[in-house]
Amino acid sequence: MTTLKELPTEEYLLPGHAACAGCGATIAIRLAQKALGPRTVFVVPACCTSVLQSAFPFTAFSNPCLNIAFEAAAAAASGVVAAYEARGVKDVTVLAWAGDGGTVDIGLQALSGAAERKTNFIYVCYDNEAYGNTGFQRSGSSPFGSRTTTTPTGKREHKKDVPMIMAAHGIPYVATACVSYPLDFVDKLKKAKAIMGTRYLQVLTPCPPGWRFSTEKTVELGRLAVQTGIWSLFEIVNGKFEFSTPSVALVDKTKRKPVEEYLKHQGRFDSMTPEDIEELKRWIDASWEKYKKLQQKL
Amino acid sequence: MIAAYPITPQTTVVEQIADLVEGGQLDAKYIRVESEHSAMAACIGAAVGGARSFTATSAQGLALMHEMLHWASAARLPIVMAVVNRAMGPPWNIWADFSDSLSQRDTGWIQFYCADNQEIFDTIIQAYKLCEDKRVFMPAMVCFEGFILSHTSMPVKIPDQEEIDDFLPPYNPPWLLDVDNPVTHGSIVYPEWYMEFRYFMYEALENARRLIPEIDKEYARKFGTEYGGHIEKYMCEDADLIIFSMGTIGSEAKLVVNKLRDHGHKVGAARVRVFRPFPKDEIQKLAKNAQMLTVIDRQVSYGMEGPLHTEVKASTCSGKDSPLTAGFIAGLGGRDVTVHDIEAMVNKSLQCMKAGKVEREVNWVGLRE
Repeated sequence: MTTLKELPTEEYLLPGHAACAGCGATIAIRLAQKALGPRTVFVVPACCTSVLQSAFPFTAFSNPCLNIAFEAAAAAASGVVAAYEARGVKDVTVLAWAGDGGTVDIGLQALSGAAERKTNFIYVCYDNEAYGNTGFQRSGSSPFGSRTTTTPTGKREHKKDVPMIMAAHGIPYVATACVSYPLDFVDKLKKAKAIMGTRYLQVLTPCPPGWRFSTEKTVELGRLAVQTGIWSLFEIVNGKFEFSTPSVALVDKTKRKPVEEYLKHQGRFDSMTPEDIEELKRWIDASWEKYKKLQQKL
Repeated sequence: MIAAYPITPQTTVVEQIADLVEGGQLDAKYIRVESEHSAMAACIGAAVGGARSFTATSAQGLALMHEMLHWASAARLPIVMAVVNRAMGPPWNIWADFSDSLSQRDTGWIQFYCADNQEIFDTIIQAYKLCEDKRVFMPAMVCFEGFILSHTSMPVKIPDQEEIDDFLPPYNPPWLLDVDNPVTHGSIVYPEWYMEFRYFMYEALENARRLIPEIDKEYARKFGTEYGGHIEKYMCEDADLIIFSMGTIGSEAKLVVNKLRDHGHKVGAARVRVFRPFPKDEIQKLAKNAQMLTVIDRQVSYGMEGPLHTEVKASTCSGKDSPLTAGFIAGLGGRDVTVHDIEAMVNKSLQCMKAGKVEREVNWVGLRE
């Protein structure tokens, strides 16, 4: 495992980015750049990163970056990979970097196609659980009960399990992460970098304005997401499922903090009824049962 | 790099390319994408990543690509695409008309229209030469009618690879996605800068307008085939009446010119090969001494007329003695446009010319009663 001291001191995210205070996604970018290094090219569809990299004629990205249409990240990245293969460029990592809307909703077809074609790239979905850039509208990744600007009384459907969808493609590497566990995220990116083929990571990135919490609580909220089990950390390497260290003990339901501890800090959950909270708990338990079965199979 | 998704009648193109790639005759990466939207996205990625890119599509596929067509042109990427023209549905129709590519008029793509298979081949090579010129850096569609050309065998002269390489230097644009020279492509541009980006695109197509005849001539010198630049002109010099059309109808029109010339009518034919940039000055010059222009459109712009008709009128209306024009909508959804049909259109136009006025500007040809 990478230690804090081993993290590169170089900063590849330059000063002057345009992210909100307390932005979890920005932490994720900074860590990803450190983990993957300067020989990485970004392909970024419409998402918060389109904005936070800052506007022409400036950029906060020291890596080359191709901005592309909302649903097109994985397809455009396929083209970059093909061009590099054709030119014999071997030491560059192609990284598609997309939000949850651009991944689990509008970009899912292109992502599925790229994975089925065994495209040699890393796809990271930084998941802030809504369309953050456009004012926090509901996405397929928004959790049950959460208020968004298009579900003002709370979403009635559960979060789409895209890591499992990606695992079903038979790709060599699938992982979940959370910016509150930076070394775990960095390790997973490094592991992904060393593997050939399609590698998918989904990293939870708390969003203060969208989730409606105070900006200094970003890391705390990410920890609570993991500790309450509403977000679990795992890897699926060549089909082998394994919980990651912060989530291992939480397989025992009694070790998980009550989800209310996570919900209470966030304005987006303040319209939930006790029945809604029970439904969310039922879903959390069911998710863990689903993952436990995957682990037991092996 | 080729990225493509199958659609009738483009399938002959992508199947042949697959044979060439898998047979080792074409050294290329071939991505069988899951949609046309992804096909164009992959072409964009490859063009920025440093590979010459190609795709082909038709009708609904081109419509699905629409967003990415803007992305490719505004990113100034010299992608070349074959558009095998097919009518847009519904109702489902797989046969030829120009409703697909002409719907994409304002995407910034250069648009060529071909009349035979040799011209398709030659134009694709010329299109790369044009698009990769640093004064242009814009994408191009090479359009040709589905089935009429896509499923017709004709002898095609294919030059040696070395000759083509000599004409078309290696792909090496200055703005590649390169870790040793990092740049950001396509980030947010505020109103203070946006218009300048659009002006540069406008200027690029004006440059293309100038370069198209030059490249056509250079190609002719090297390979022997020449198409007249923007317009293939047939007996237009002394013509009182000129037939304007695009694609294969333009070949048929030449036969009509021959026949009517035999009957003493001074008729000529102008086949417009390039719809964007539109050869407005050349058309104005061409029509200067004509009294009557017959414009045949294999497409209609609802609420107006045939798009070629509009452009021809716009190109010729500024002079004091503008010629009369009569527009004919013909051959939609693959309906045959015969020499007799064209002859009837011209005879109708000759009557207008004699009368000095056009009663009906928009005429639908061969409609069922």
